[in-house]
Amino acid sequence: MSADATPLLHTPLLHTPLHALHLELGAKMVPFAGYAMPVQYPAGILAEHRHCRHEAALFDVSHMGQIQLRGDGAAAALEHLVPQDIIDLAQGKQRYAFFTNAQGGLLDDLMVTRRADHLFLVVNAGCKADDTQHLATNIGHRCTIVPMPEHALLALQGPKAVLALARLNPAVATLSFMTGGDFELAGAHCFVTRSGYTGEDGFEISVPGAQAVALARALLAQPEVKPAGLGARDTLRLEAGLCLYGHDIDTRTSPIEAGLTWAIQKVRRPGGARAGGYPGANVIEGHLTMGVSVKRVGLVGLEKVPVREGTAIVDAHGSPLGRVTSGTLGPTVHEPVAMAYLAVNHAGLQQEVYAEVRGKRLPMRVSPMPFTPHRYHR
Amino acid sequence: MTTKFTADHEWIDIEHQDAAVVGITLHAQDALGDVVYVDLPEVGRSYAQGEVAGVVESVKAAADIYMPVNGEVVEVNEALRENPALANSDPMGAGWFFKLKVADTTQFDALMDPPGYDDLLKTL
Repeated sequence: MSADATPLLHTPLLHTPLHALHLELGAKMVPFAGYAMPVQYPAGILAEHRHCRHEAALFDVSHMGQIQLRGDGAAAALEHLVPQDIIDLAQGKQRYAFFTNAQGGLLDDLMVTRRADHLFLVVNAGCKADDTQHLATNIGHRCTIVPMPEHALLALQGPKAVLALARLNPAVATLSFMTGGDFELAGAHCFVTRSGYTGEDGFEISVPGAQAVALARALLAQPEVKPAGLGARDTLRLEAGLCLYGHDIDTRTSPIEAGLTWAIQKVRRPGGARAGGYPGANVIEGHLTMGVSVKRVGLVGLEKVPVREGTAIVDAHGSPLGRVTSGTLGPTVHEPVAMAYLAVNHAGLQQEVYAEVRGKRLPMRVSPMPFTPHRYHR
Repeated sequence: MTTKFTADHEWIDIEHQDAAVVGITLHAQDALGDVVYVDLPEVGRSYAQGEVAGVVESVKAAADIYMPVNGEVVEVNEALRENPALANSDPMGAGWFFKLKVADTTQFDALMDPPGYDDLLKTL
């Protein structure tokens, strides 16, 4: 597996359909999951972050995987791989889900939307090849798996996103959080969901790659909209308390340890009509009924020093309690914010713990998440 | 010429040998992005050339500040501690990090002059 994990120096980075536009806008491009992606534009991460919280920010997330599951058995088949209720997901509704492994860990997290004649999945860029293989191997005989590499994905996020997007097509304003539908935008047939990963109101727009630049330009022409890169996307989702796969959740974390119990519907839990039946169900059900020994918590630093991924968290005596999985200085909250897995007896709200940074013990407090209130349009 | 540069992208201005000024370069601040925190050295402490004398952190990353020459720290920029964004807006001026009493001027002489540093940047 190490060969797959090592970046292949001679493999050229993939480009999204917006690559030339990013360069034109002055983006700083970095390698991410095999793609050249904009980490920031000339405004910088802080300005892009704030613009998203106050106005509207346009993100290119075309590196993410878009996959259709087609056929009558698709919903039942997908329930074989995720602990979510997919069968009862109504047309036009979207749901957060995750692929589990036999040990009850997480292979990836994803969004599932039921469209008229198929299920539409959005998965993480770094996992999409493995996810597609996982789907093909396990449920390829029960439904048709159609990757959509020719489609771009744009995220328009922020309190004024609806204002800007409604100028292109007023009907998008009828969507509520976690619903989606087909809309014509800048001459392109798009599938739009009212969702995102910033904690703000906003939309994710699946658009044919050939028309993505025209749509992006039409959005950037709106007075509320400015481009934002992966740097701001990361600080926004962290303040919103949302997990980043490969950092806050991975193959070794169970969804219960990760605090994602809310995402497992009752019908799939012990006692539910369709309980179990997904990989690792015995482990996850054990965590649900017996509890867990570690859990993901939010931490706020009491000093101004950023506390980053990998930092050890200790008690007042220096005994290890856990490790930070994501952390930065929150640009909206103006405090160091982090996520960490802590032993449950130290994971209570308001408990004080210490981050070991450069030989110093910095006090932090276990805090509720999100760090900034979600402002979804429900 | 009183300003020289290190390969680690610090600058040092030795106009006053008892209070030479040290900061990070325009290139360094651009590579880091928005600076949100600085850890400054202890006033009165002596450091050897190449020793870690501070830390500069942006939203994305943390980087060490290395002592460009042997010397004793005589002052740190409290305004920078309060407003780390000065390292972005005026890295060669108001965004300076600390001042030091230079112990060995031959180490200063061996650092890069501005054209030498420009040549280094072209190789990056």
